[in-house]
Amino acid sequence: MSSRSQVYLLAFMFFALGIGLTLYKNQSLGFPLLPGQSEEVWTVESKVTFEATGEPITVSMILPQTGSNMTVLAESFSAPKYGFRVKEENGQRRAIWTQRSAQGPQTIYYKLDVVKNKEPSALTPPSQQKPSSVTLTTAQASQAKDFLEKIKASSADNLSFSLELVKQLKALKESNKRGVDSEFKKKSVSELSLILLDMEGIPSRLVRGVSLEDGRRKQKAIDLIEIYDDEQWIIINPESGQEGTPADVFIWQRGGVSLLDLEGGEKSKVRFSTLENDQPAKTVALDKSNVEQSAFIDFSIYSLPTESQSAFKRILLVPIGALVVVFLRIIIGIKTSGTFMPILIALAFIDTTPLAGLAIFLSIVSVGLWIRGYLSRMNLLLVARISAVVIIVIGLMGFMSVISYKLGMTQALTVTFFPMIILAWTIERMSIIWEEDGPKEVMMQGGGSLFVALLAYVAMTNPIVEHITFNFPEMLLTMLAITLVIGQYNGYRLTELYRFRDLAKSK
Amino acid sequence: MLFVKPSLLKERGIIGMNRRNVDYIARYNSRKLYPIVDNKLITKVYAKKHNIAVPELIHSIQYQFEIKQLEKILSGVDKFVVKPAQGAGGKGILVITDRKGDTFYKPSGKEVSFNDIKRHISNILSGLHSLGGKNDVAMFEKLVNFDPVFEPYSYEGVPDVRMIVFQGYPVMAMLRCSTHESDGKANLHQGAVGVGIDLKTGRSLFAVQDGRMIEKHPDTGSAFSELQVPHWEAILPLSAACYEMTGMGYLGCDIVIDKNLGALILEVNARPGLAIQIANDKGLLKRLKMVEEHAPKSTSAEERVEYSLEHFATD
Repeated sequence: MSSRSQVYLLAFMFFALGIGLTLYKNQSLGFPLLPGQSEEVWTVESKVTFEATGEPITVSMILPQTGSNMTVLAESFSAPKYGFRVKEENGQRRAIWTQRSAQGPQTIYYKLDVVKNKEPSALTPPSQQKPSSVTLTTAQASQAKDFLEKIKASSADNLSFSLELVKQLKALKESNKRGVDSEFKKKSVSELSLILLDMEGIPSRLVRGVSLEDGRRKQKAIDLIEIYDDEQWIIINPESGQEGTPADVFIWQRGGVSLLDLEGGEKSKVRFSTLENDQPAKTVALDKSNVEQSAFIDFSIYSLPTESQSAFKRILLVPIGALVVVFLRIIIGIKTSGTFMPILIALAFIDTTPLAGLAIFLSIVSVGLWIRGYLSRMNLLLVARISAVVIIVIGLMGFMSVISYKLGMTQALTVTFFPMIILAWTIERMSIIWEEDGPKEVMMQGGGSLFVALLAYVAMTNPIVEHITFNFPEMLLTMLAITLVIGQYNGYRLTELYRFRDLAKSK
Repeated sequence: MLFVKPSLLKERGIIGMNRRNVDYIARYNSRKLYPIVDNKLITKVYAKKHNIAVPELIHSIQYQFEIKQLEKILSGVDKFVVKPAQGAGGKGILVITDRKGDTFYKPSGKEVSFNDIKRHISNILSGLHSLGGKNDVAMFEKLVNFDPVFEPYSYEGVPDVRMIVFQGYPVMAMLRCSTHESDGKANLHQGAVGVGIDLKTGRSLFAVQDGRMIEKHPDTGSAFSELQVPHWEAILPLSAACYEMTGMGYLGCDIVIDKNLGALILEVNARPGLAIQIANDKGLLKRLKMVEEHAPKSTSAEERVEYSLEHFATD
C-alpha cells in the first residue's frame, strides 16, 4: 500500500472514530453539541414528620428505585441526631434512620435531584405472583365475582378490562351507595383494583409517584397501578382512568411495599415538595454518567480535578490554533516568523483581548527592537544577548503595567499573559531579519504572524469551538485526521497563484 | 488580475511549494543525507572525495576562544568570505573584497572592522544563522575571482549558477546576479536578478527581478540577452556529479565560475527554491516527470548530461 493511501486510510479511521465517539457521547450520554443547552432538573424533597413516643425509633423509608422514569442525579439526607444507613433488600433501597429515644415532633428530610430519562427503562417481567394477603368474606367474594363478570363482558383484553375496572370502581365509590361494604369504603380505588386484578389473575402492582409541579409543597404521594400485558408493564392512573406513564409524575417506587415504616412514633406523615430548575445539559449529563458509572466518562478529562480541567480547557484549544496555522501556511501560504509563534500570541490574546494584546505586543516588540539594535553593537554572545532581551522585555512589561495602571488603563495589566521568552525570541529574530532582509521582510513576517494569530484567536474563542473541544476531546482524532490530509496536499498555495502570475500570462 | 487560475499554472507544469515538499523533497531526499548538504564543511569533504572542485577553505573556527586568533588567521588575507557551516537561505554570509590595514571592505564599500568580524563570527558560533539555532562553525573561504564575463551583470557580488538536478539529471538552470537591492547577495527573494539559462547553450533566456520580467540589469544597465555563461560544458557534468556526491534525488547546486579555477561547487541545497521557474518562464513538472518516467538509470554523469542536453534544451 502506498504511503499516500495509508495516510488516507488512517485519516479516515481517525476521522470516523472522532466523529463516532462524539456522536455517541451526544446521543447516548446526552452531552449537548452546542453550548448553553439546558435541561429541566427537579428537586424533590420528602419530609417525614411524626411524634416520638420516647421509645427507640426506627424510621424506614423506601427510596426511588432503578427503573424509574427519572434518573437521580444527587440525593442528600438530613436528620440531625439520627443514625443513618441505606439498606438494600430484594432489590429495593430503603433509608433507615435510628435513634435511642426522643420526645415530641420529629422531622427527617430526604432531598434529591432528578432528571427525566429520554428512553423508558427496561423493567423485569413479573415474578411468581404472591397470593394476596387480603382474605375476603364469602359475601365479599361473591359480590366481587359478580362485579368482575360485568366488567369482563364489557372488555376485550387485559388492558381494556383493567381500564374498565378502574372506571367502574371509581364510579361506584363516588356514587356512595348505601349497602356498600364498609371495608370497601375504607380502601382506595387502587387498592381495590389490585385485589380484583389479583382475583382475575392479571399480574399487577402498586406504583407510587410524586406529582411534579413547580413550587408545589406538602403534597402526598400518588398511587397508580401497573398491569402486565403483552409482555410489558402499563401504568394506569386510577384518578383519571388513563393508561401510560403520566408525563409529570416521578415514579418513586414499584410494588406494594410500604412507603414508610415507623417504630417508636405515631402520626407519621410523608409529604413532598417539588421545585423545577434549569441546569446546563452538560452538568446533567455528567452527573448522570457519574450515577451510571460510564467507563467512557470515567477515563475522560472530567475525571480530573477541576483545576487540571480548566488547564485542559486551554490546552485543547491549541490544536485548533495549529489547524489554523496549518491551513494558512499550506493552503494560503502566509509567511510567519516562527511556525507556531502565532498560536502562543493567540493564546495571550485570549487573556488580553485582541485589541489590547495587539497594542501591547507591538509596543513591546518595537521598543525591544530599538534596544536590541543597540545591544547588537556591544559584542555579546548570543545566549547572553537573548537573556538580556528577556530581562529587558520583563522590565518593559512591568513598566507598562505600572504606568498604565496609574493612568487608569487596567487593560494593560494583562501584559503578563504574553510569554516573555517568545517575545524575546521574536525581537531577536525580527532584528536579524531587519539586518539581513530589510524592514520590508520584517513587516511581512511580523504582519503575517499577527494576522495568523488573530485568525487563530477568532477560531479559538468561538463559543461553539470552545465547547466542542473541551466537551468532546475525541475531536482531537478528527483534527489529527484533517491535519494528516492537509499534510498530503500538493496543490498550489493561494499566494503562489500570485507569485507565479506572470508564468500563466506569457506564451 | 492579481491571482491566476490554478488550472493555467498546472497546464504550464509549474510546481508549487507543497508539491515540491511532498512529491520531490520528501520522496527523493533521505533525511540522513541532509547533513552532507546542510553542513558546508561536510560538503567540502564529500566534494574532495568525489573530485569535485570547490572554493578553497582558509580556516574554520568552532569555539569562541579561537576568535582571539582572528588577526593571525587573517594575516595576509585580503579577500575572503565568512559563512556559517550550517547557514540556511544565504544567511550570515559576510563577503570581504578589500583590506587596508585593519579595515576591511564589503563589496558595497562599507567598512568593516576586526571587531565587526569577531562579532559576526561569535553570532555564527552561537547558531544565530543556523537551522534550528544549534551551535555552528564559522568557515573562511577564499573569495572567488569571478569571470570578467559577469562583470556587467553583477553589482557588488558574485553571480552563481543554480542548477536543479533531479536523479542526477540537470533539469533547469538559472544565473543569479546580485544587485544593489540584494546587497551583493545572490538570493532572489532578497532582490537579486534571476536569469534563466538554456541548458543546451548556456545562453540567457529570460530575466526576472522580484518576480517581474526585466531586460537590463537594474544597476549596470547591461542587457541580459547578450549573456553567455562561460565554461558551460564543464558546469553540466559538475552539477550532475552532485547526485553521486550527496545521494540526493532532488537537489539544487550553486556553481561559481572562477577566472582561474573554472567552475566550482559553492554549495548544494536539499530544498532548492521555485523561483527558477519564473526565471526560465517554464514549469519544472514536465521535465521532472520525464526523468521520473523515461530517463534511463545511468551511473555516468556524462551520459545523464547527454540526455538532458537532448531533452531539456529550450527552443
